[in-house]
Amino acid sequence: MPTFVYMTRCDGCGECVDICPSDIMHIDKKLRRAYNIEPNMCWECYSCVKACPHQAIDVRGYADFAPLGHSVRVIRDEEKGTIAWRIKFRNGKKDMELLAPITTKPWGSATPDLAKVPAPSKEMRDSQLLFNEPKYIRMDDGGLHTLQSNGLEIKEGVQY
Amino acid sequence: MSYSTIIEDNIDILVVGAGLGGTGAAFEARYWGQDKKIVIAEKANIMRSGAVAQGLYAINCYMGTRFGENNPEDHVRYARIDLMGMVREDLLFDMARHVDSAVHNFEEWGLPIMRNEKKGSYLREGRWQIMIHGESYKPIVAEAAKKSADKVFNRICVTHLLMDESKENRVAGAVGFNVRTGNYHVFKSKTVICGAGGASNIFKPRSVGEGAGRVWYAPWSSGSAYGLMIEAGAKMTQMENRIVLARFKDGYGPVGAYFLHLKTYTQNGYGEEYESKWFPALQQMVGKEYLDPEVSHRTHRPIPTCLRNHAIINEVNAGRGPIHMVTMEAFQDPHLEEIGWHNFLGMTVGQAVLWAATDVDPKYENPELTTSEPYVMGSHATGCGAWCSGPEDLSPKEYYWGYNRMTTIEGLFGAGDAVGGTPHAFSSGSFTEGRLAAKAACRYIDDGKAEGIRVSDAQINRRREQIYKPLETYRVFSNEVVAGSVNPNFINPRQGLDRLQKMMDEYCGGFGVNYMTNDKLLNIGLKKMAILGEDLEKVAASDIHELLRAWELKHRFLTSESVFHHTLFRKETRWPGYYYRGDVMKLDDKNWHVLTVSRRDPKTGEYTMEKAPLYHLVGDVEKAAPEAH
Repeated sequence: MPTFVYMTRCDGCGECVDICPSDIMHIDKKLRRAYNIEPNMCWECYSCVKACPHQAIDVRGYADFAPLGHSVRVIRDEEKGTIAWRIKFRNGKKDMELLAPITTKPWGSATPDLAKVPAPSKEMRDSQLLFNEPKYIRMDDGGLHTLQSNGLEIKEGVQY
Repeated sequence: MSYSTIIEDNIDILVVGAGLGGTGAAFEARYWGQDKKIVIAEKANIMRSGAVAQGLYAINCYMGTRFGENNPEDHVRYARIDLMGMVREDLLFDMARHVDSAVHNFEEWGLPIMRNEKKGSYLREGRWQIMIHGESYKPIVAEAAKKSADKVFNRICVTHLLMDESKENRVAGAVGFNVRTGNYHVFKSKTVICGAGGASNIFKPRSVGEGAGRVWYAPWSSGSAYGLMIEAGAKMTQMENRIVLARFKDGYGPVGAYFLHLKTYTQNGYGEEYESKWFPALQQMVGKEYLDPEVSHRTHRPIPTCLRNHAIINEVNAGRGPIHMVTMEAFQDPHLEEIGWHNFLGMTVGQAVLWAATDVDPKYENPELTTSEPYVMGSHATGCGAWCSGPEDLSPKEYYWGYNRMTTIEGLFGAGDAVGGTPHAFSSGSFTEGRLAAKAACRYIDDGKAEGIRVSDAQINRRREQIYKPLETYRVFSNEVVAGSVNPNFINPRQGLDRLQKMMDEYCGGFGVNYMTNDKLLNIGLKKMAILGEDLEKVAASDIHELLRAWELKHRFLTSESVFHHTLFRKETRWPGYYYRGDVMKLDDKNWHVLTVSRRDPKTGEYTMEKAPLYHLVGDVEKAAPEAH
């Protein structure tokens, strides 16, 4: 379902151009509005649809297998932390609304700044541990799993 | 040409490609190198790039050690049997023992992970999978990477790695161009962590025309992980191990949650169970060690993904298609029905669109499944990628050369699809590999291994000329014809891609030949590939966007050439259902219980192939047998 852009809603702001992972949303030089320059490289990922501040972008199922007359619309709201979908079938018999959370925290508020956490000790550097380990792996006081701790060996050949 | 050359110098850690692997690397690097210069170069925008751009509805690799669910060795054993034995168990164990901490970080950053209210643990979809509301999985993770990085260069298509000129086989950075401005970017760096992606669109896809972008793995996954590293002369492993997916027809919607959580199952076009009848003959092909339905029935031992594909392929060929997913039972439960739809909206919206367009309501109709075209990647149920060092405390001597996840090029590390032999890493495991690579890269620098790197202007200028050559070819020859895309002097990137896909399909075991190839076909294919390689010197780009496609094509080409050589080298049929060597239709543990390792000589383009020993974890690996999910 490649994307397309409604002429009257697009103001050429370029949010879709900025986010498209496939680099296929471009601004038409004459009309100063966005369009999909390469529908056969579109993954229907909806990144541009979600990013558009005017709901100007929609999708129409791939011509090689999807009949006309369906609709899957979306509104993603970082402030509310939700994504809302509406799916309409071609035959009109199904019209679904689905809502899901996209985050549990105010957007971007919970990512740590690792430049400011206490620097790792030499012991930590010489170990196999990563940031926040081992406490982030397990709740008991145990350390990282090793071959020895788990009673394992590593052996060449067909071993099973 | 008027494009500027922009040089970013004195980088310590350059992350090339920031999907889940690359973001993990950038994030963790800041902890071990608080004063180091960390830079990300990404082809798209890191907020929506890589295979997880669209979101995910599950994290497919989580041990649950904290809830007493699994130990790392359980996961190793699972991945081993699923890949018919061909895995790097040191790397897998290492990934599995760390992966939970990645997931716990994600939850802290705001990723909504569903809970099992009774147990207090995460809601399990299957033994290894947990369910998430992951529409914003990528942007949440990207925020953490952004905070760690000194600079993020979005929209830079990295085309080549830079090599040190004072010491052979040592990396010195990377070069590429900005797909918006066209400017030439040079990144001089002490280490490079390659987090670029695997390859979609190298085998002819089932979709045609407008639908050609409707592939299982993202169309922007251009095999750059392999293209970059192969071109620089890094050793690769298991590149023959392409993957074929059994998915909902046309939309390629995921089936994991359907099988595991919704308890749907498959049947043939006539409503019959079909799988078991193909197993006796299949057991003759692969041996009881790899296929024992009775044992699988009694225990958690999976039937390998490829072997289940084999049953589908054969049932369809026997004229009893299509294969249906039986959803009509599960979907009577409104809660499960909602999960079924959310599952698509969270990671493959296109499948929801397709069902809406074709009026397929899985409550009243069982949707069709099909087997996809093959893909080359290293983080799902397959393990293509670079031959990397394992960690000091786990790896046997053949697998260890000093720094975890370092390739055979000094200072060049891998994560995610880039690392070979580590299937079933998925998103969380790829992120974890990035973290492991970042710690090792910092250590490599602190150990003084990156001193005295020298990159000449000659190297920088040579790459610049190479990068823009497709624009120059177009400029010189396009006016020789009146108009249109037919020109006797060049091909455009789409034409080159079509040719590559057709060749891979017909000679290397694509869906069009029922995944069948043999030594004769592979040798013919290699000859034709060499000529395509010559023609790709004449690929033309009319603008910067097409230049991006030209370089993606070149990376896909290098990936494909490697797949050909590896497929020819392994003289057995190890993964029926992924591909078949018609000349050797049996699994052969006597001669091929090994990992395949290749190297392309950067100067001559010649390939050398070798066998590497295969090690397995042994010991008390059977002890942990958690209850059924």
